[in-house]
Amino acid sequence: MRVFMLGWEFPPFISGGLGTACYGLTKAMDQLGMKIIFVLPKAVDSSCASHVKLLTPSSVSNQREVEGSSLKNVKFYSIASWLRPYTDRRGLKRGLTRTEGNKEGTGEFITALENSVSDDYSRDMYTEVHRYAALATELALQEQFDIIHAHDWMTYPAGMAVAALSGKPLVVHIHSTEFDRSGEHVNQMIYDIERMGMHAADRVIAVSYFTRNIVVNRYGVPVEKVEVVHNGVERNGNGGEWSLSKTGITKGEKIVLFLGRITMQKGPEYFLQAAKKVLEVMDNVKFVMAGSGDLVRKSVEMAAELGIGHKVVFTGFLRGEDVKKIYKMADLFVMPSVSEPFGIVPLEALENDVPVIISKQSGVSEVLIHALKVDFWDVNEIANKIVAVLKYPPLEVTLRNYGNFEVRKLRWKDSAEKCMRVYAETLAAVARKATCLL
Amino acid sequence: MASICFYFQVHQPIRLRHYTVFDRDDKYFDDHKNAFICRKVANKCYLPANRLMLDLINKHKGKFKISYSITGVLLEQFQSYAPEVISTFDALARTGCVEFLCETYYHSLSFLYSRDEFIEQVNKHSAMIENFFGQKPRVFRNTELVYNNELAGLIEATGWFDAIITEGADHILGYRSPNFVYHPNGCGRLKLLLKNYALSDDIAFRFSNRGWSEWPLTADKFGQWVNAVNGNGNVVNLFMDYETFGEHQWEDTGIFDFLRHLPGEILKNPDNDFKTPSEIAKTYDAVGTIDVPHLISWADTERDLSAWLGNAMQSSALHELYRLEKKIKKSSDEKIISDWRKLQTSDHFYYMCTKWFADGDVHKYFNPYDSPYDSYINFMNVLNNLQNRCNMRIASEASQKQTCGKNQTDLQAIGY
Repeated sequence: MRVFMLGWEFPPFISGGLGTACYGLTKAMDQLGMKIIFVLPKAVDSSCASHVKLLTPSSVSNQREVEGSSLKNVKFYSIASWLRPYTDRRGLKRGLTRTEGNKEGTGEFITALENSVSDDYSRDMYTEVHRYAALATELALQEQFDIIHAHDWMTYPAGMAVAALSGKPLVVHIHSTEFDRSGEHVNQMIYDIERMGMHAADRVIAVSYFTRNIVVNRYGVPVEKVEVVHNGVERNGNGGEWSLSKTGITKGEKIVLFLGRITMQKGPEYFLQAAKKVLEVMDNVKFVMAGSGDLVRKSVEMAAELGIGHKVVFTGFLRGEDVKKIYKMADLFVMPSVSEPFGIVPLEALENDVPVIISKQSGVSEVLIHALKVDFWDVNEIANKIVAVLKYPPLEVTLRNYGNFEVRKLRWKDSAEKCMRVYAETLAAVARKATCLL
Repeated sequence: MASICFYFQVHQPIRLRHYTVFDRDDKYFDDHKNAFICRKVANKCYLPANRLMLDLINKHKGKFKISYSITGVLLEQFQSYAPEVISTFDALARTGCVEFLCETYYHSLSFLYSRDEFIEQVNKHSAMIENFFGQKPRVFRNTELVYNNELAGLIEATGWFDAIITEGADHILGYRSPNFVYHPNGCGRLKLLLKNYALSDDIAFRFSNRGWSEWPLTADKFGQWVNAVNGNGNVVNLFMDYETFGEHQWEDTGIFDFLRHLPGEILKNPDNDFKTPSEIAKTYDAVGTIDVPHLISWADTERDLSAWLGNAMQSSALHELYRLEKKIKKSSDEKIISDWRKLQTSDHFYYMCTKWFADGDVHKYFNPYDSPYDSYINFMNVLNNLQNRCNMRIASEASQKQTCGKNQTDLQAIGY
């Protein structure tokens, strides 16, 4: 079986969990011997690609074929595009800079916020999505495959086009919905694309029951069409050494970590309000917010307003080694997401021996037992639990040990196997339908 | 001759309220929830079961006998929330066919941490039972049937008891049967009654299990199993939670009908009878000694302490709690001491058990918390507040004394 897979980001160029998920899933499928043609809508700078080898441009002029050195069954195509998975109101310019620069992986710090000019991004997005679809269709003509697998809304038009052209079944994978990203203020264009993709698809894969509910209730997809495949987590070694001096954090200070895009969806304000409460009863704590997003500036201001500016450190976007380093420093990870389809980051935190507090409004809370769970709005309870972890060592030890053990059981291999089962079922259903028509 | 010995454990903990690190008051317990559960279980179990027991005792004219161990913390709750339950137990006590056993008042694990505290709680419970039901308990059962040789030795040394009860665990019995009376290793006079867990659990756990090959269990069938013991043993010790009737096994499973017919079925065979634990100890000689060097209990398949002491949170919570003993008692503040003791109830530590994720429903059923972590956090927040209260109390006493002392010196200084 060959899969024509439409993704949009891949390590090391990731701005959120989607790239991590696509990588984990593809890698596990590769190890299971699945043949994959992976189309990426991202320009990849060769100097940054640590494990991706760039080949000479292929026949299609504005596409570059890359090959993951470790993934022998996966063929990568990268389509130059401005596509960004998370519609950041800061505009596209910065997104491009991030893709091209930052070889050291130091991430962008909040000082780099300036070039945040936002003009009519949705129109540009719309054009981009369809340009990507056109190029992907062109690519598809040259390839042989049995099934199409599209990850999140930006690839759905491409998925639908390729399906129409090839007559092959389409599986769409929902890593997040417009309701997760924007609350009730949905972008109608994105919602329409999402809905169209879900209805056009032969099967829908949701990353959690939480997300399946949204897909069923908000998009009117029949429940039997939606399969839940939870994400896994990549096993990594331990991180390097991290110098404390740069961050103004002294030894003996506890570190509570927020890691993720600083956007409405992730609930940064609840993190800060909880921090404020924690600092009322404890002093030797620092709160680190690692990530970028449209609420960074607002969060900095909010920290200042709450009078805890000196206790909150903003690191900007982190990747690779820096992420490992920050995990190594952290005593606790908090994810107060307002709406989180899955949430891979807590799994990574546990993988790195950091206990986690996660919002009950997240898909990952369906698979984790050894985590503290809170309602994202319950600032008092978040603070209560933060203090408890920092104050009662046996709690931290138990969460860490059992959590780390638990996370080992959440393998991408299982997710990949489940996806492959969905493929097989879809193909069988399509074949049945064909026989009926005959 | 086979004597059937029923003993029912009657207990509800005094549950904690949600208590965060930001709370400062000394109201630790969830009065509303405790009242609600106490009344609910009273209506589903204690009241109907007590009425049925009373009927059966009357019907069989004294041939049907049972025993109870009711914890002090539950009797306290009955007084506040369901006093009518105490009246029905009292009516049972007056029949002369019901024995009340002794345990630690607070259903605690104090035996493991403080012998002084343990003995105080045994005393307190014994006094309460005598006060409520007019009989001084002669048989002891420790919380969750936690037991070893040392406990038996300690109980014999008090001189208050004729017998002690524990689990008839396979690994302590070996080839021997729980259907005889034994001596604990190292004891001369004290007798040991062992739970026949197979027959007890048939009623307590398997009764309504439709996947069980013996389902449905009828009184007639159970009577035959008991008869089979005739010739192979003297006693059949059926020990279980009283909440089995109506609460763990709901009324619609037919558990009350089963119980209604059971004594008649068993007494059909003239070789059978019912005895209370004290009567068992009096009637039958010990056939040997049972050596239990390591601690056992009646919990889970392991029959060990791992349900209360299986992880770092549980052991730290227990250690921290008992570490305060001296200080708490030094405060000689009734409320502080009573709060500290209510925190000793073993259920608080059971809620922190991380085994239940794997072990399934039994633990989950009894747990008012979403996770063991939540229960630990709550417990430690309460314990911290208690410790602070206690410290403040002691400090204020000391400063008062100091002021008194200072006044005296001042008086001396001016010549008095």
